Amino acid sequence: MAEVVEHNKSFNSLESVISIKGLRKAFGDNKVINGFDFDLKRGENVVVLGKSGSGKSVLIKLIIGLMKPDQGSIEVFKDKVETLSTSQLDEMRVKVGFLFQSNALYDSMTVRENLEFPLRRHRKKTSKEEVNKLVMEALTNVGLPQTVDMMPSELSGGMRKRIALARTLILKPEIILYDEPTTGLDPITGKEISHLMLDIQKKYNTSSIIISHDINCVKIVANRIVMLIDGICYATGTYNELENSTDTRVKQFFE
Amino acid sequence: MIKNILIEIGLIARFTARFFREVFKPQFEFSEFLRQCFYIGNKSFPLVAITAFIMGLVITMQSRPTLVEFGAQAWLPKMISVSLVREIAPVITALICAGKIGSGIGAELGSMKVTEQIDAMDVSGTNPYKFLVVTRVMATTLMIPILAILADGISLYGGYLGCNIHGLVSWDLFWNQVFDTLVFADIVPSILKTFFFGFIIGIIGCYQGFNSSKGTEGVGQSANSAVVISSLLVFIIDLLAVQITDALNLN
Repeated sequence: MAEVVEHNKSFNSLESVISIKGLRKAFGDNKVINGFDFDLKRGENVVVLGKSGSGKSVLIKLIIGLMKPDQGSIEVFKDKVETLSTSQLDEMRVKVGFLFQSNALYDSMTVRENLEFPLRRHRKKTSKEEVNKLVMEALTNVGLPQTVDMMPSELSGGMRKRIALARTLILKPEIILYDEPTTGLDPITGKEISHLMLDIQKKYNTSSIIISHDINCVKIVANRIVMLIDGICYATGTYNELENSTDTRVKQFFE
Repeated sequence: MIKNILIEIGLIARFTARFFREVFKPQFEFSEFLRQCFYIGNKSFPLVAITAFIMGLVITMQSRPTLVEFGAQAWLPKMISVSLVREIAPVITALICAGKIGSGIGAELGSMKVTEQIDAMDVSGTNPYKFLVVTRVMATTLMIPILAILADGISLYGGYLGCNIHGLVSWDLFWNQVFDTLVFADIVPSILKTFFFGFIIGIIGCYQGFNSSKGTEGVGQSANSAVVISSLLVFIIDLLAVQITDALNLN
């Protein structure tokens, strides 16, 4: 039985690091996000739950600025994402890490080069020794320091996920957006990754939005769950609150 | 059909216009540019060299009987040098590179696109267009002329060997005849057009890869389209180049 982390009510009194109001995004006639409102508090892990194609991945891509919203506003640390210039967006992205569903490790680079890539762009004055230290620290955090000179193709799915997480962590982001972090992994590795995410939250006091279908992962990492149904925030609450919901559209996710 | 072609042309034009906007903006990805130059130049050289050598040899052997018929076999070095340097070596080099480099770029960027590596680059604070497209297009634009010049020399060496299969032409006589024949108007336009060949191979490969979709099937399509469209454009540029040199009385 997976561990259940209870929602800590004290999050409500903390400042919002992400604030979304009236967000809308459509692809042709398909209104994927249709008036979504949401706040992420400092140090909080929020899981966004919804059916496939319900717009969960679109939501976090809108937050990081990979897509532009049709309407509404997204504030990250009080900055409106849609009005940021390219350089301001780059600055914002130092504080917001993104873990891709496919890991998105650069195939042509070693693990070390993958981890050095964001560092060399955001911290140009960092010495070679310091870069090396940060790379090893990030790899140690995910338990894979021995893979530093390996190519991504030589790693297993779980290892690749950990390396991708290490690359996300290397800039020490304050917010991490996880896009289906346990998809495609066996249940044991999935559980290890979920605990790793929890450790990261505790160690660095990061706030996270986690897109996941994996109910075991949700149980482990969620302080709060947001149900994205029909493009809106349909329901929100702790795991236990939503599991005991009488709403059939909510309840079906927990059966 | 025609509407789709026009839309595609418009999109390629917009993609190319972005190249000229980005190329002069800092930050310059110099190490990636050098890596691409090494990859494109060094890795393509053996294939270009073998093809150029064979073409030089074959063209010489095929041309000889006709010249012998007119008692003009002494003109063989003159004739092959003009056809190899003006046309065959640059076009063959461009076609080989369209096949090898264009498809490679299309498949590489296509695979990066569908596995979200391009998005990851964006999120890492790197302009993926600048890092991936500008460096590759600059590298193909610079390296394909160098490969074409090397192909000129190697194909002429093939021609020298071809001349000596059924006849006897000394090394000095062959090269004296070649350099007596070739003039400024033969060499410069043929090198100039290879810059355009290189640019078009790079930009089409990048465009196809950057706009890849539909998973692995899309990657295959990107690689395939990169070869087909860039090969076709190489011939169109060649056709335009010959019209221009003709209008300038350089032929």
